Formats: sequence, structure tokens, C-alpha cells
Amino acid sequence: MIQNGLLIPQESGHLNEGERLRIHSIETFGTHDGPGIRMVVFVQGCQFRCLYCANPDTMDVTGGKFTGLEEIVKRAVDQKPYFGKSGGVTVSGGEPLLQRRILKQLFIKLHAEGINTALDSNGRLIDQQTKDLLEETDLLLLDVKHFNNDWHRKLTGLSNVNTFKVAKHREESGKPMWLRYVLVPGWSDQEDYLHQLGCYFGGFKTIRKVEILPYHQLGVHKWEALGMDYKLKGVGPPSEEILNKSAAIFREYFEEVQVN
Amino acid sequence: MITLEEEVKIEFGRGSWNNGVDVKDFVRRNITPYYGDASFLKGPTQKTKYLWQLCLKAMKEEREKGGCRAIDTHTISGINSHGPGYINEALEVIVGLQTDELLKRAMKPFGGLRVVEGAVAERGMEVDQAVKDVFQYTKDHNSAVFAAYDAEIRQYRSKGVLTGLPDNYARGRIIGDYRRLALYGADYLINAKEADKAAIDGALDEHKIRLREEVTDQIIALKEIKKMGAGYGLELGRPAANAREAVQWVYMAYLAAVKEQDGAAMSLGNVSSFLDIFIEKDLLEGKIDEAEAQELIDQFVMKLRMVRHLRPGAYDEIFGGDPAWVTEAIGGQFEDGRTKVTKTSFRFLQTLYNLGPSPEPNLTVLWSQQLPEGFKNFCTQVSIDTSSIQYENDDLMREVRGSDDYGIACCVSYQEIGKRIQFFGARANLPKTLLMALNGGREEMSGEQVLQDIAPLEGDVLDYQEVMRNFRQAMTQVARVYSKTMNIIHYMHDRYYYEKAQFAFIDTDPGIDMAYGAAGISIIADSLSAIKYAKVRPVRNAEGLTVDFQIEGDYPKYGNDDDRVDVIAKKIARFFFRELARHKCYKNAVPTMSLLTITSNVMYGKKTGTTPDGRKAGEAFAPGANPMHGRDTHGAIASMNSVAKLDYRDSRDGISNTFSIVPKSLGSNPQDQVENLTALLDGYFSKKAQHLNVNVLNRETLLDAYHHPENYPQLTIRVSGYAVNFIRLSKAHQLEVIARTFHERM
Repeated sequence: MIQNGLLIPQESGHLNEGERLRIHSIETFGTHDGPGIRMVVFVQGCQFRCLYCANPDTMDVTGGKFTGLEEIVKRAVDQKPYFGKSGGVTVSGGEPLLQRRILKQLFIKLHAEGINTALDSNGRLIDQQTKDLLEETDLLLLDVKHFNNDWHRKLTGLSNVNTFKVAKHREESGKPMWLRYVLVPGWSDQEDYLHQLGCYFGGFKTIRKVEILPYHQLGVHKWEALGMDYKLKGVGPPSEEILNKSAAIFREYFEEVQVN
Repeated sequence: MITLEEEVKIEFGRGSWNNGVDVKDFVRRNITPYYGDASFLKGPTQKTKYLWQLCLKAMKEEREKGGCRAIDTHTISGINSHGPGYINEALEVIVGLQTDELLKRAMKPFGGLRVVEGAVAERGMEVDQAVKDVFQYTKDHNSAVFAAYDAEIRQYRSKGVLTGLPDNYARGRIIGDYRRLALYGADYLINAKEADKAAIDGALDEHKIRLREEVTDQIIALKEIKKMGAGYGLELGRPAANAREAVQWVYMAYLAAVKEQDGAAMSLGNVSSFLDIFIEKDLLEGKIDEAEAQELIDQFVMKLRMVRHLRPGAYDEIFGGDPAWVTEAIGGQFEDGRTKVTKTSFRFLQTLYNLGPSPEPNLTVLWSQQLPEGFKNFCTQVSIDTSSIQYENDDLMREVRGSDDYGIACCVSYQEIGKRIQFFGARANLPKTLLMALNGGREEMSGEQVLQDIAPLEGDVLDYQEVMRNFRQAMTQVARVYSKTMNIIHYMHDRYYYEKAQFAFIDTDPGIDMAYGAAGISIIADSLSAIKYAKVRPVRNAEGLTVDFQIEGDYPKYGNDDDRVDVIAKKIARFFFRELARHKCYKNAVPTMSLLTITSNVMYGKKTGTTPDGRKAGEAFAPGANPMHGRDTHGAIASMNSVAKLDYRDSRDGISNTFSIVPKSLGSNPQDQVENLTALLDGYFSKKAQHLNVNVLNRETLLDAYHHPENYPQLTIRVSGYAVNFIRLSKAHQLEVIARTFHERM
């Protein structure tokens, strides 16, 4: 149901059905969601309502289609020769943690085939099942939407507390992660907060890379098709100047910063 | 110890190449494989730069004059029809033009006088009466073929079931081993041919008599080539003595071929690593430096870019611009596991920077999993920067075809060099064949009866088993007619337009492949999948002819790595090839088949009615074995995996796939883009796929070039099996390319 131009918050119960994953789509030639060539599984369902979401059609937990793990693993194995030295499978979304129990099974199966696993998550949930999934995750791509909790709520509708908990847990586990940060002019490019983010995460030893994703409007038509309001209509992509400035700030704290 | 004063002198390693014509042995013994990166390469010399400016100016005039700068309407082109021609003699380190003037085209009427007359008339000129008079006394290939065609063949041809046949123009595709002239010199080759001829004795049957005549023609050609060389002050009778001569001798052998013949495709072969042996020797002996080595290759390639044939406008429309298919195969591995990559493999690719991107020569990288990393990454870098390279699976072709000394005939087709040849056969239109199978053998556009004894389908919904039964019967009939057509064409071409200058550099009595082809495999796969997995209702007109289809429900589509439909494509290719292979070929040629359209996928579309996959009448086919536009929805790899499932053993003449991607989708930074494209090629070819064209371009660039062609004189894109200058495609074709699947993701 849509209220105030947004899909209302949904429980994630719809997503648990046996050994199947509710997915939106599969992109076989992913080159922007982790290292190398990756098969990207976009899962269905997300509880964040990011105003700039480029894939709003993945929000609805009742959408998409159930797909058996065997089918996904078969596709990944068929694709394995393309992965080269650094590629593999990335699960993105939607928010993968909503289906963390079944995803752990998927990653175990992929590991059995010698395939690298990456998880692209906003860190929405942290419990034992999340930790179990992260154990099977070779690389975590953690999307930090905003450092400040009030701005985070304005941008996504929900708090960023769990995101930080997930980051902390990952750091303690010693396994690698990348931070991803969508840069929206006027919303997430405040210098102060960028510095704060850098100060907080700069000491993390497991962060190998920080990716800045410049905001774009390419998903607007999907919002309209879904009958939702796109609230960032007047906001353009960040200028070169803003991008360079933000990247320079991050570079004070992180060794590898890349603008995607 | 070698002192500074002492002259360094390198001797070539000896072997069986010293006891007879065996270039392969020479290359294997003397090659210097190169495992490094591209950092040694040099830019163009001043001479090269200035010459290229002159060429660009001439090409601009050519475009402004509607695609033809000048024509000699008085002279029949031959090895010595025109005296020496130069761009600017003082600056040319490699000399030789087809005529006495840059980009002036010559008439080669023995393929078909009518086509030549038409091409000349389109430019407001007329063929000299003296030339026309020649054909009062002899025949051209075209009229000879039509003298032998029967009613059935004529009908198949006029209805577009068989198209693009080389029955009114030269067949091309034959590759001389042009390296032989450099390694042995014409005198040695003449003696070898004389000996071959003397050995053709005993009871003279038709085969031997013809062979004696052919070898005699080859000897005449070699003598003429010597004479042509003398005009340029070159002693072609003897072997090349240094790097410059080696390049020059090879080019002279090739030049003779393109003066005598205007075959649809006139490949160069695999000369780069052969030439490297001479260049490496001169470098070691201190006779040249790297800039001069690059200059030789730049100027050679410049000459290859200036090769022109006289074509009618209709030909340009079908093939997109003005292709000569000067295909050069680069790289690959030896059977013994060493790489064939040399510094000159790099130097050839470097020409795309030194002279800018270009469709010609058609640079084809023979890709092996074992190629040196430095070379792989240079290739993909050049692809990203120029979109001018195609790739073929060296591991697969070596294994299936059995030789490591091969080139690519025309677009995608393996051809052992100097040992075998192939007879070009264009292609049969499979979607039209399917539509005839659905219409009781009637052609879907005209309603005319073409196939015999095909039971009419009368149900409301198409039944997969019934359709398959009829389709198999239809393919069987098409294969029978196709085979006899090819036999006639090549019998007549041998008689009336024998390629003596090319056969002079090929073993006497070589093996032959009969290169059949099929177009529209993706439409067939999707149509049959729709009939099998969805409900397809034919819409019939008053005459009972199916004019449209209603599809209820979804069905698996080719291009998504879905076995349910991909297997259909594979099975149909196998069935049609086996039907073709049942028929005996002229000169005991061995049948092969390609899944290739060249650029005629647009023209096929225009002439083919609505198909059961939902494609409307007139809409273009996908090129080659590509999935149909927009139906491959799981990304590039799923699309490529579907094509990779087609079995090369059924389509040994080649399975063309064209891949277009926006740079950003290859990776977020230049280094990732190179690494990902390299991994993509490794992955695709490890799946036993055969061919991939790679375009790395933004759609916006193409749209801008569509509207402002004057700003993009060298914009090159890969199409089915070759490259074209984008702005020389017809506007309809440009739009078709822009509409194709560009792999991109938000």
C-alpha cells in the first residue's frame, strides 16, 4: 500500500519460503558491485525508503519471484570461467539481510563450488543469523546512507544504528569490507558529516576501499510507474567540484577512495 | 666476442623450409615470442604522418563524391594493367597502389560485366566500348552461372531463400600465402610450380587436365608479378633481403591479388609474426630502430587501408560501406605450446593509434587462454579505445581444424594458409524457410509455391511436432537446391575468373571447404520456443497465407542462458548442416556452414514476413548468431553463454557474435575495464565459443555521429564479422546498430 507517495513499511515475513530466494532479477555481467566480473543477484524487498532509490521496484517484499537456490548456483557455476581471479557472485537488492537465513545457504553452496561471495547491504538487521551470513561473506559492501541519524531518517525513513552495529561486527570478525556512500547534493554531501564519517571509520582495519556513488536520476521513471512520488525531483547529480571535494575529504581517512 | 666494429649477422635457422615451400616451418624455427607489454611501441614518423594526411584528404574527397573518387573506365584491371602509383614517392617506404592514382578504382569485369557497367553508370560514366567488346568473344562468370541455373534455383534466388550468392560478382575468400614471395622470391616459386606441373602426368582425366591448365596460369601470374615489381624497381624474383623488403614483397603479392580480383573478401592471412622475424633480425643487426620498424608496419597498413574495389551502390547498401575484408589474423599459439605473439603483433595493433581507428585491415586477434597477459591486456585496451578488433577462439579452432598456421577468410572463417581454400557461399534464409514450412511450401510475401509436398497446417494453434516435421522437410529441400547452386557457381568461377595470382601462392591442388551459411538462427530459436512453450495462433489471410501470429503466454528466449531454448538453436543448426553435408560437392569440397549475416541482417529483415517469435515483417534480423535485440535480459554473459552453446563442429565456417557495451559498464576505472574485458574474453572462449566482435561505445556517440557524420570520419564499429566506418552505413543501418542491445546497467 502506498501512503504519502511511498510504499508503507512492510514486515519481512513474506520473504521466508523454504529453500527459495525472492529475487528481482539477475545481472550476469556486473562490474560495479564488488571486484572483477560478478553475477549480481538482486533480491526483492527492502525496508529502507531511500528517496533517491534507483531500484524502487525492489522495495516491495511481496514482489519479485521465488527462485530455487539450485537454479542460482547452476547459473553461477555456468558463469564461473568469466570470474577470473577476482570476480564472483554479489547479492544486492533490495536488502539481502531480510533473507539472511536462506542467503547463508546460498553462500555455503557457492563456496562449495569455489565461488567468491559478496553482499551489498545497508546493514538493516543484526542478529545471530546476520552474523552467520557474514561468516560466509567474502566481501561485505556496506552502504552507509548517512552518518547523522536524523539525516539518515530523512533520507531512508529508518535509523542507522544497526548499520553501525553491522560495521562494528564486521570489523571484529577481521573480514574485509568496502564502504559505499551515495552522494546526494544538499542531502549527504555536508562536509562536517563526511569528516565525522571519516573519523569514525578511518580506524577500521577491515575497510579496503570506499566507493562514492554519485547520485543520478535514472530511476525516476520507475517511481512514476509504481505510483510513488519522487521527492528529489529538483536535485541534480553532484558537480565535479562536489565530487572532488568529497573524495578529498574521504582520502584524508581512507587509503583507497574511488568515485564510481 | 662481438666488438663494436664487427658487423652482427643473424642467420635464419634452417629446416624443411630450405628444401621446399614450407613457410610454417620457417616461422616456427625463427620466431621470437614476446611476453612483455606495449611500452616499447613508438608513434608514427613524420613521413607516416604526412602520408596519412594525404590519404585522409583523398578519403574526404571520396566521401564528397558519393563514395568514389575516380574510375578508370578504359582498362580491365590486372596485375600489370596499371603502372606504378604513388601517394608521395619520396616519403613512401612501402610502395604500390592498385592503379596509377590513390583511390582510383579499376574495373574487374570477369566476375560480372553487368555489375561493373551498373557501378560505372551510377557515377554518370560509361564503360569503354573496347572493354564491352571483349565480352563479344568470351563470357564472364555471371553469365556462365546463369547459363547453367535451372528454374528452381532462379526461384529460390528471386524469392530470397538463397541470398548474397557470388553469382554476379567475384567469390573472394581465397587467401594466398603472400609470405611465400618474401621468403622464396618469384623465381623459386616458378620452379616449384613447374615441377608440380611436370608431376601431373599419367592418364589425364578431367581433374588433371584442369590442374595442368591452372598451374600454367599460376606460373604466368608469378611472371607478371615479377614484372609489376620491376616497375617499382623491386627485384621480386629473389627472396627479400631485409625487413623493408619482406614487408614490401608480401604487399606486392597481395597487391597482385587485389589488382586481379575484387572478391567479396580478400584476406591477407597471418603475416605479422612472419614479418617480425625479418624485423627482429634487422633490429639485432642494428640496421633499423623501433621507430623505423613501426614505420614499415604503419605504411604497410596504410596501403591496405587504401585498397578499393569498384562496387555498385546496392552492394554498399548490403555490406555497409565499402568493405574489402583485408583480414589479418594476429596472435594465437603454436601446437607446441609457444605463443605466436611477437612485437610485430603489437605493432599491427599500434597502427590503430598511429593512424587512428579504421575498419580495414580487419584486425582479428586469435585468442588463446595461454596468450601472454601483456598482449591480452593490450588487445582489450585497443578494443576499448578503438572498437576496431574482433576476436576468435584459437584454442578451439586449432583443436577442431588441426593447424596452427591459419588466417581468417572474410569475416570469421578459419582458413589454413597455403594448404586449403574455401568456396564462399553466402547464406540461406532460415526464417523464410520456417515460414514456408508453415504455409504449405508457399513463400510468405508472394504466396508463390516454392517448396514441394509440404502439408498445409490448418489448426488454430501451431503444434510444435507438426511444425518441426514440416520445417525439417523444408530445410531438406533448401539444402538440396543450395548445394547444386554452389556447385554451379564455383565450377563457373574456376573456369571464367580463376584467381591465378592467389593460387600461385597456394599449394597445387589444395583441399577445399564448401562454405555454406545460414541466417536468422535466433529468430528460429525464439519462434520454435514460442510454439513449444507458449500458444501461437497463426493469423491467415483470405488465401490461407499466414500473415501474422498471436502469442499467448511467455516463452524462454535465446540469449538468456536458458537451455530450453538454446538447445533448439543448437539442434536446428546441426540438422541444417547435416542436410547440406549429404550432398556431393564440386571438386570434392568438404561442406562447412557459418552462422553469419555480414550486415545483410537488415536486408534479410526487409524481405521476410512476420515470424512466430513476434518479430514483425520487415524488421531486421539480429546479426550473425546474436540474440534478437532486447530479448537478452540477463546481461552480457547470459547472452554470450547462449551463443557459446552452438556447436562449432556444426558451424565450422564460423559463429559470429557482436558485443556492444558502454565503457562505463565494463568497469568503473580504465584498469578495471581492461581487466574485465580480458576476463570476459577468457570466459567466453573457455565455453568453446568461436567469435566475438567487441564494440566499446556510448550510444550517444553513435547518435551524434548519425546527426553529424562530418565530425566522425574515422568512427569505426564492429558489425557481423568485420568492421565498418559508421558514417558510411546507410541511415537505416545506422539506426539498426543504435537500436541493438548495448549492455549497460544503471
